[in-house]
Amino acid sequence: MGSFKGIRDKVAIIGMGCSKFGEHWDKHQNDLIFEATKEAIEDAKIELKDIEAAWAGTWVSGFDGRCLADPLKLQYIPVTRVENACASGSDAFRNACYAVASGAYDICLAVGFEKLKDSGWSGLPDQQSVPSNRYPDRTAPGMFALMATTYFSKYGLSPEEGKRMIGMVSVKSHHNGTLNPKAHLRREVTIEQVMNAPIIAWPLGLFDCCGVSDGAAAAIVVSADKAKDYRPDPVYVKALQISVCPSEGEQRADYDFTQVKATVRAGEAAYAEAGVTNPREEISMAELHDCFSITEAVTCEDLQFSPRGKVKEDIESGFFDLTGGLPVQPDGGLKSFGHPIGASGVRMLYEMYLQLQGRADQRQLKDPKLGLTHNLGGIPISNTVSVLIIGL
Amino acid sequence: MAGIASYGAYIPLHRLSRPDIQKAWDSMMPIPGEKAVAGYDEDSITMAVAAARDCLTGIDRQKVDRVYFASTTSPYKEKQAASVVAGALGLSKNTLTMDFSGSLRSGTNALRAATDAVESGAAENVLIACAETRIGAPNGDKEMSFGDGAAVLLVAKNGPVNIEGSVSVFQEFHDQWRSDKDTYVRSWEERFAREAGYTRIVPPTVAAALQKFNLSPSDIAKAAIYAPDPRLLGMAAGKMGFDPMAQLQDPMYMSVGNTGCALSLMMLVAALEDAKAGDNLLCASYGDGCDVFVLKVADGIDKIKDRRAIKRHLEPKMMIPNYLKYMQWRGLVETQAQPRPPINHISVPALWRDMDWGLSLHGVKCKNCGTPQYPRQRVCVICQATDNFEPYSFADKKATISSFSHDNLAASIDPPTTIAAVDFEEGGRIVCNMVDRDPEEVKTGMPVEMVFRKVHYFEGIHNYWWKCTPIRC
Repeated sequence: MGSFKGIRDKVAIIGMGCSKFGEHWDKHQNDLIFEATKEAIEDAKIELKDIEAAWAGTWVSGFDGRCLADPLKLQYIPVTRVENACASGSDAFRNACYAVASGAYDICLAVGFEKLKDSGWSGLPDQQSVPSNRYPDRTAPGMFALMATTYFSKYGLSPEEGKRMIGMVSVKSHHNGTLNPKAHLRREVTIEQVMNAPIIAWPLGLFDCCGVSDGAAAAIVVSADKAKDYRPDPVYVKALQISVCPSEGEQRADYDFTQVKATVRAGEAAYAEAGVTNPREEISMAELHDCFSITEAVTCEDLQFSPRGKVKEDIESGFFDLTGGLPVQPDGGLKSFGHPIGASGVRMLYEMYLQLQGRADQRQLKDPKLGLTHNLGGIPISNTVSVLIIGL
Repeated sequence: MAGIASYGAYIPLHRLSRPDIQKAWDSMMPIPGEKAVAGYDEDSITMAVAAARDCLTGIDRQKVDRVYFASTTSPYKEKQAASVVAGALGLSKNTLTMDFSGSLRSGTNALRAATDAVESGAAENVLIACAETRIGAPNGDKEMSFGDGAAVLLVAKNGPVNIEGSVSVFQEFHDQWRSDKDTYVRSWEERFAREAGYTRIVPPTVAAALQKFNLSPSDIAKAAIYAPDPRLLGMAAGKMGFDPMAQLQDPMYMSVGNTGCALSLMMLVAALEDAKAGDNLLCASYGDGCDVFVLKVADGIDKIKDRRAIKRHLEPKMMIPNYLKYMQWRGLVETQAQPRPPINHISVPALWRDMDWGLSLHGVKCKNCGTPQYPRQRVCVICQATDNFEPYSFADKKATISSFSHDNLAASIDPPTTIAAVDFEEGGRIVCNMVDRDPEEVKTGMPVEMVFRKVHYFEGIHNYWWKCTPIRC
């Protein structure tokens, strides 16, 4: 961390909003941005004109500050678009928090959004305007499947045992999603359904993959000392960390696909910033970047929720269930929400915020203190990871 | 005297059964055997590169001063193929590159030009890379008989195989042709082609060559003679005075098919694999005339027998599951577009800039920590030393895969797309596609080799890169 001092408890969230996620054939991204922001400002009991600066997080659905200024008719304030792959939303939030922490602004807005379902493609669209001449079509499931192959092989799991382990991750998240009216996919699935589903990228089947959705989520942040002027139960920012991998896995043969080093580093830095020494005990709940079931499993080890190579035991014991010791994806995760790239990081924060305020309805956990979000952009060999911690 | 210093060959792994073609068209005439079919990502350039790598095993590539690419199926009408081959092989920038095309004699035409160049002293080491991927019109005799393959010869001053000399005749004649507007080979009535063409041209030219070098047919250990089909070769053998069983090199009709201008050179390579010092060999091609070469095998032939050549390429094979798949690979049937972002741009400046790492699979090796890395870096991925690298070639390095997946989402003509992390024994990793594999057989830790293949085609540009395959043999 060098001399990084962090901004623990200097910034608070006073309002959040989240659109329903799904295939919004009838909505432009501007509708989703508006819906999420409207809910956030009503939650914060402020007006749009109170916002002093804003950050937008999107991967391919907007290109500059106008993507927020236009739909919200923000009046000549600074607006910046942030792009950091699937962690774009988390990074927009981070920038808004730093602006408040610096003292430059009192009230800032961060909106993460993505409109993927206009492309017509299966999977994600291509972001590059000039595609690589050399690399063939690389898909997210294809690249994350490498993790599963190596994890199974390294820890001696047969394909059947391995698929059962990651399958249970999806069964749990699908269950949580049934309790969430804003989730895209709201149905229970059985382990048999998961394991027998068509293969998308061996060994990952259909239910090992998150869906492709449209959505938006928004957060209003103010300096911590003014937070109680707005509401009695603000949620405080404990840690904001991003770690970017220099694409080592692409070139280094010693990268073995059973961990994401940027998650490990961002996690360690976030725990240091938040003063967490025993994550398994101290983190009350987490929204992890479960783009694929194997990603969630490996992330639980990378973030020290489970010892290396032992996540299977915690998955099997229900440790990450809503009723477990450290509930993961209480809102249903990317698995149930789908993954509108820029929106996901802020959507994760939305669930942690609701839970900390006791507003998570049927999903409400008992007395949570610290919520962690993990937002992973890229692929196992090359990525950008954000770990944020918020709490009371 | 010019000689053959080395040889190599390539036969695609994939084979299509002729009864499967017959079944697809419900045609009456049963034709046995199978034909070799280039993979969906192979063409005459990639096959020439594969055979050239075989030929250059253990040979200093910087010695090669000319590359003659010979084919009637160059992927380009305008743009040289030999330069792509030379680039992929990482040859010296001073290499003279030429394409020989337009005739089924292109392969032996190149051999003649190479022989003349070496004998005159104009060149020292000429690489003849001959490959063919002709497509016969669906439901026709040529679809049945044509096969894909490549042969490569290195012609130099001193080879273990002396090129005694050659005799050539030309014959302006339309027995078989393909205009600049045709996809498929056309031909006149078979009886005319046989009687007025092949049998009137090949046997006399072979006889003239034997006479020129004071040989009788019985002096020839093996004759590698092109023929459009084995029946015609059998008929002509008697006229030429050869014992078909003992002296004629197998034209591989049952296993590979008619590989056009590459066939007589592939047969010559097969003959060289079995040759011993003192053998006289004959090689003849046919197309708008006839070229006949007489060669004499000298001591040292055994030193270049560690090639894959014909035999070791013939044996391992993978049957194409059905005829439609073959049609799709060759672009003969339009299929529903896959719901993935299309390749809609190729950057020519980037292709040019990336020539070393993209075309010849060169990376760099850090002079500080010694780690090979791909692609080229300015800052070392291990020790972060800057601009302290030397060039490093990955193409022929031993490697195993540490991970893989079989991706059904990625757009592919031959799904699933197998992705593999290729870890090189001497260091470095390349994450790329694996082809010519049975998904069931792919395991972590399996040894692989790198192959030069086509990755995209857009707006007339064939875009090549490297993939991995299980070790072929």
